[in-house]
Order: sequence, then structure tokens, then C-alpha cells
Amino acid sequence: MRVIVDRLSKTYRDRRGQDLVALDGISLTVEPEEFVAILGPSGCGKSTLLGIIAGLLPASSGEVAFEGERRPGQPFTATVFQEFALFPWRTAQANVEFGLEELGLPPAERRKRSARFIAMTGLEGFEGRYPHQLSGGMRQRVGIARALAVDPAVLLMDEPFSALDAQTRTLMMEELLGIWERTRTSILYVTHNIQEAVYMADRVVVLSRRPGRVLETVPVELKRPRHEGQMGEPSFLQASERIWGLIRSQAQAALVEGKA
Amino acid sequence: MVAGRVTVRDRAAFLRRADHRLLRVAALGGLLVLWEALTRIGWIPALFLPSPLGVIRELGEMAASGQLTIHVAASLRRLLWGFAVGAAAGIVVGIATGFFSRAEAVGQPLIAATFPIPKIALLPLLILWLGIGEPSKIAVIALGVFFPMAINTYAGVKEADPLLVRAAIAFGAGRWSVIRKVILPSALPMIFAGLKLGAGTALLLLVAAEMIAADSGIGFLVLHAGNIMDTTKLMVGIVCLSLLGVLSHWLLTRAERLAVPWRHT
Repeated sequence: MRVIVDRLSKTYRDRRGQDLVALDGISLTVEPEEFVAILGPSGCGKSTLLGIIAGLLPASSGEVAFEGERRPGQPFTATVFQEFALFPWRTAQANVEFGLEELGLPPAERRKRSARFIAMTGLEGFEGRYPHQLSGGMRQRVGIARALAVDPAVLLMDEPFSALDAQTRTLMMEELLGIWERTRTSILYVTHNIQEAVYMADRVVVLSRRPGRVLETVPVELKRPRHEGQMGEPSFLQASERIWGLIRSQAQAALVEGKA
Repeated sequence: MVAGRVTVRDRAAFLRRADHRLLRVAALGGLLVLWEALTRIGWIPALFLPSPLGVIRELGEMAASGQLTIHVAASLRRLLWGFAVGAAAGIVVGIATGFFSRAEAVGQPLIAATFPIPKIALLPLLILWLGIGEPSKIAVIALGVFFPMAINTYAGVKEADPLLVRAAIAFGAGRWSVIRKVILPSALPMIFAGLKLGAGTALLLLVAAEMIAADSGIGFLVLHAGNIMDTTKLMVGIVCLSLLGVLSHWLLTRAERLAVPWRHT
């Protein structure tokens, strides 16, 4: 399915009754099997945008629509959260099966599906562990398996690896790309890390700081399947520099504002 | 200036605590031995304080004659019914007031207004309404358990991580699914804290109710033994009560380990 975000705006009202524009007229699309990154400085409303697409927040104006063919029972979205958001009282496997329960699948079918995605994310042998018994990287694998298991039309990822250490993050990025090559689920990936965005995405949508607007959409011309070695290629560097040029002044402004 | 080499000393050493297992046993054992010794020497008349061995002997005799069983069974029945009814109602009300804004608006002021009433003061009223038999005693225990349960469950519901609620909704959960699969497990540790609190209150109210209006039960046994100055029997009753208290706490701790495995493993 294609995701269409059409002139989406979101205004929050703070306690003093003042309006705060978080998102201002965002338009973008995610095509089937496409990997799109949304990149912006902190406080640009990236997470708000993802929340609205997931149906967890109301938009102030504009709309989010899904267009195209959908398998019966297929959910529009599934989300991978920055803080993992695993249920601490559920084992890894029970966490993966959560969405399947809500879809109303019978236990045998749930077991079968969860086993498949547990294997795909390298969680075999950890099915019976509780989240607090897993490392950060393993927890996010559970988060990814839980989201993929419901077979969503688009997978929403909200800075999924930013809570992990640098080494784990690099490995997880590679693994995610490997999984994506196999499943080809469209992904909308929010990040503030330029390398991460360019390395993984087909297109990078660059947002401005508050109020969040689309500054530009930067296509990434890197061959797939991708590997770390490509990070030195001219097209990688060009795209990275292009994006840095777009958000540099924004980041500086945020820095100064943060001090004041 | 002074030259030299100084080794760093562990300055937090006094914070590290040993287990002192032997000391724990010795404290309890020592008290019993001292007590037994004092009564044997005759320093304390048996009428004021019977010897521990005498109490155990009496306990054995009362158990053999079936006298004790009747009282313990009567108390246990009241305790379990009152506890079950009060805890169930408290959990339901706690979840409702914690989750639904209307239930909160209605329930919160009512609970705040009625919570401070000492529940035993309601016993005469309950007897008037429900009669002198079992229902009034069960009701007063249930009331005593209800409040800590409702208040603790409410606090537990409020503690539920909003991120987890959002995650559940993101994966298709509706209102009831959220309550069952996120709110309830989030509140479980607080619910168990409430159950332990409630167990203490239940025991207190049980004894009070049995002392006021009963012809069976441990509370009755203690009061009756006191009236006829049979201190040994009185002590048997007190031992039974303390055993009930220890046992209920132990059972609840075990149940908590089973129900909240993610906190202990």
C-alpha cells in the first residue's frame, strides 16, 4: 500500500493557552516496498508525525491516507519505538505475539508466525526471557519482530536504535536492512542521524525545526543490497553533505535557543 | 608539601551489610528461652504469663479435643470470605476509578470521605442491617479490606507507563484489551502490596468483631479465656492469630512471586 501524508499540520496548545505549531503542512508519500527516512533536528516533530500516521494522535488539519490493495486483516501500520516499549510482564515470544492476539489469530497460528520472526531477528533461544533479562539490542529485536509479525502495510520506526550503543547500532542497522531485503515491507524511519538515514533509505525527507516543514527530499543513489563499505562512496557523501547543508543552520539555531 | 604514597581506602565499607543469619535465629530463640526460664523460676506467676511450653501443651490438647478446630475454622471462614469480597470489590473499583474519568469523579470523593471511618464502628450498624450472624462480620472485614485495595489499585493504575498503553493501541488493542493486558499487569505489584496491607486489617477486624458479637472464633476464644482468667488458653488464641498473620503474609508473598514473575527473576 502507498502511504499519503497530505498537508498535515499539528498544533499543540500549552497550559498558558498558547499555540505551538509542531508540524506545518507536511506532505509526503511512501511507495510500496520503499524505505523512506525522515530526518530532522531534535524538536522538529518527527515523533509527532509518526504518532499521527500510526493513529495515536489526532492531526489538527490535513490527512493521512492509505491507498492500494490490502490483504484482509492486514493492519496499516506497526510501530517500533525508541524506548522499545516491550511489555515487561511478557516473555520475548509473548511480546512478539501481542499484535497477533489483537488481530484475533488462533494460538497455533500465532506460534507459527512468532517463531518465523523470532528466527528472522535472531532471537532463537531467547523466547522465554523477559525483557529485563535481555540486552538493549536484543530488546529492540523483539520490538522489530513484534512489529513485523503483524505484517503491516508500512512499518513505522521511531529512532529505533538511538538508545543503543554505537557498535550495537551499526550491527542492528545491517540486520534491519537484511530483514527488509527479505520482507520488503515499506518502512518509514525517523532519525536524527544523517549517516543512518543515507545508509538505509531510498529517500531522505529532511524536516526543518519547529514548526516542522519539509525542507527537501533527498534521493539516495546507492545500490542494494547495501553494506558498510558504501559509506565511502561519492553518492553517499554527496547525499550526506546535501542533508547536512540543509539542517546545519537549523541545528545551530536550536543550539543557541537551547542555551538561552 | 609532603611526599609519599597513599593507598585509597574503601570509605563506604560501613554501608555494606552482612546477613547475620545466626543472630536472627538467636534473637527469637533467646526470647523464648528467657521467657520459659523466668516462668520456671517463678518470678512471673503463670496467671500473668504462662510458660511457652505450657502454651504449646495446651494448644496440643485443644487441637486434639477438636475445640481449637471449631474456633479456627469459624475464624478462617469469616476471614477468607471477607477478604475475598473486599479484595475483589477493591480491585474492580480501583481499576474503574483509575481508568475511567467518570468513575474517578464519582468514586474519588466518596472513597476519601468514607475511608477515614474506623470500620469497627460500623459493626453495630452492619448488625442492624445484616443480623448478628456471619454476614455482618464478613461485611466489616470486607469493608476493611476494600479501602486499602481500592486505593492501592488506583495508584497502581496511575503508575501504568503511558508508552506501553500507546504501544498496545499501536498494535490494535482497544479499551478492554488495554485494561486487561497493560493496566492490570502494571498495577499488580501495587495490588499485592494492598493485599498484604488488607490481610493485616482483616485480622484486626476479625478479632474485634468476634469479641463484640460471636460465640465462636479465635477472637471469642481470647476474650472468653480472659474472662475466666485462663491465661494459657488466651495465649493459645494469640499464638493462633500470630500464626494466621505470618501464614497469610507468606502465602501472599508466594502468590506474588507466581503472579509477578518479571519482577523477581
